[in-house]
Amino acid sequence: MCKFVIKLDQAIIKQPKSMSNLLEINNVVKSYGDYTALNNVSMHIPKGSVFGLLGPNGAGKTSLIRIINQITMPDSGEVILDGEKLAPHHIEQIGYLPEERGLYKSMKVGDQALYLAQLKGMSKSEAKKRLKYWFEKFDITAWWNKKIEELSKGMAQKVQFIVTVLHQPKLLIFDEPFSGFDPINAQLIAKEILQLRDEGATIIFSTHRMESVEEMCDYIALINKSNKILDGKLDDIKRQYRTNVFEVGLKTDSPEEVQQKLSQNFEVYPADFKSLNEGLKLNVKLAGGNSANDLLSFLTSSGQVNHFVELVPSANDIFIQSINKTI
Amino acid sequence: MNKLKLIIQREFIAKVKNKSFIIMTFLSPLLMVGMGALVFFLTKKNKEKVKKIVFVDESGIFSKDVFKDSKTLQFEDYTKLGIEETKKKVEEGDYYGALYIPKKDSLEILAKSIEFYSKDSPGLTVMDNVERKIDSRLRNLKLTDFGIDLAKIKASKISSDVKMYNFSGEESSKAKNVASIIAGGAAGYLLFMFVLIYGTSVMRSVIEEKTSRIIEVIVSSVKPFQLMLGKIIGNASAGLLQFFIWGIILFALSMILPAIFGVSISEMQTAQVSAEQMETIKQAADMSKFEKIIQGVLDLPLLKMFILFIFYFFGGYMLYSSLFAAIGAAVDNETDSQQFMTPIMLPLILGVYVGFFTVINDPHGPISVIFSYIPFTSPIVMLMRIPFGVAWWEILISLLILILTFISAVWIAAKIYRVGFLMYGKKPNYKDLWKWIRYSS
Repeated sequence: MCKFVIKLDQAIIKQPKSMSNLLEINNVVKSYGDYTALNNVSMHIPKGSVFGLLGPNGAGKTSLIRIINQITMPDSGEVILDGEKLAPHHIEQIGYLPEERGLYKSMKVGDQALYLAQLKGMSKSEAKKRLKYWFEKFDITAWWNKKIEELSKGMAQKVQFIVTVLHQPKLLIFDEPFSGFDPINAQLIAKEILQLRDEGATIIFSTHRMESVEEMCDYIALINKSNKILDGKLDDIKRQYRTNVFEVGLKTDSPEEVQQKLSQNFEVYPADFKSLNEGLKLNVKLAGGNSANDLLSFLTSSGQVNHFVELVPSANDIFIQSINKTI
Repeated sequence: MNKLKLIIQREFIAKVKNKSFIIMTFLSPLLMVGMGALVFFLTKKNKEKVKKIVFVDESGIFSKDVFKDSKTLQFEDYTKLGIEETKKKVEEGDYYGALYIPKKDSLEILAKSIEFYSKDSPGLTVMDNVERKIDSRLRNLKLTDFGIDLAKIKASKISSDVKMYNFSGEESSKAKNVASIIAGGAAGYLLFMFVLIYGTSVMRSVIEEKTSRIIEVIVSSVKPFQLMLGKIIGNASAGLLQFFIWGIILFALSMILPAIFGVSISEMQTAQVSAEQMETIKQAADMSKFEKIIQGVLDLPLLKMFILFIFYFFGGYMLYSSLFAAIGAAVDNETDSQQFMTPIMLPLILGVYVGFFTVINDPHGPISVIFSYIPFTSPIVMLMRIPFGVAWWEILISLLILILTFISAVWIAAKIYRVGFLMYGKKPNYKDLWKWIRYSS
């Protein structure tokens, strides 16, 4: 009786999860000899999201990605893709753009794309059709009969991007997708990635370029020294890391007086931000149950407010802070 | 399975479309035959030039009857001029040299006193020829001294031909032995060359995938083992095609060239043997020996040899090429591969040495037998032993060891391969390789 209850309980908890998560990584451990690359790592990647997998070099990101790609197997733990335990046939539902990029140098672009597509289980005719679509989209049809060694690095990267997404995988893994692209092409690729998400693909986006994280990611997980130290919705995490500090710009005749009054109710630090207006520039931290409104009404009563912004922690700040915390 | 086919196809096409492969395929047989033809042509030209030798015989026992002209040597009797005058003449004129035979009391002393003068140091074969003529004349004189009838000596010449049987009643012959050596040697050497050329080609192909960094994309689509197997088979197919084309071109050239140069194949084969040597060979052995060897080849268990050749060829190539693949995966570039190549090349070369030095002399001796069991040498050594007749159980044991070894070699290589191809930068040592083998997948 008791057993049954527990089973039911688990079923209730698990059911909605596997419905909304495309990928679940549960307690994955991987070691190479004495070195532990992944120490009991778990994370859930919601369907249709861009999931940022962050961490410094050597944290274990690539090890985890290789496990998802079944290049290596975990020592223990499991990976669930769309409700099924990861199995060889799943590789056809995954597209992977590795950080270390490369194509056969002396093979022609078209032949190469066809070969790689067929290795992902596509038929030759289907692959040809879709390649035509993508080549036209990127305006690179003229490259079909060129060898990779005749292309520039950026051009080759475009071809590799197409090859990665061609078989319309449910799960796309991009490891530093923007490295090697100029800003214009990086923008183009970013747009394509977001569009793929909107069309229903789930995207794992591994990087240590934090500005692209802000732009792209719905969820993030942070790995450091083989351990996951943080994960969740990017906005939620930012909320957790909020400092309640406001940047304030105020035009007043008696700046000293205002600053002194402020520091009676708030913590006040000097600020340095760019503004076209002259006047007092301060960082003000809410404290003792004061709200932003309290601060604002005090400011409006003391002078002319020309700048009022909450200092939201950037992904970069969170990254550095949480890694420093673990040291 | 379908993916394996795709990989084999790609490897094959990539290899065959490669410019150096195409050039090698069509140029090397032309070069081989061309060089051979050139050497033959020059030798023939060289031989066509008649060498004039003059002799001054003060002893009076030699004459033009002894120094008979041959195709390449012409003798002239200058005894009347005297040696000093002759020397001068020879030095000025177009002569090969002058032979001086002084007058001595006994044949023994005479034999040691004959002198030869020439502008350049004379060819060995020419001197051999001259000495043989002198020897023969002096021997005949001595025999006559002893009162022996030369006609009887001539009549007494007899040549035996011992017929050899093994206990199952099969007739064997020296000719058959020669045929066995040729057939076994050809098979062993072919295997050696194939493993060397296409095993290293597998290695290079792996290194290329590693340095171009495409490997990670590929292994996210197929199993590393499939990739390795596809490479090995793809390269072998390209290799077989190349060998096949070489065979056809060589055959075609051997048909066409003689017609162009106006020489027969048998002449080509004896190109290196100079005409003087040929004369001796002809004297020593009657020409039917060649026919006997051909008969000997036909007497060999050809079907059995062919089937076993395929088995050993397959086993040997798989064994070595999987090891080469593992090396390719372990290193970053070809220069680094040297330290791992050596221990693999050694047994291969050892196999050829044992085959050509030991098996030929003693095909069933202990060394031949041991090396035909060791899997790293057995493909070559056993292939060379088989034409001499090897018991079926010996072949079975040797094949079994080979198959077990190549399966474990492929397994070990796959492990090294799987770990190695994702490792960059650090040059691994043997300890690293051992660690990789022990990693779980």
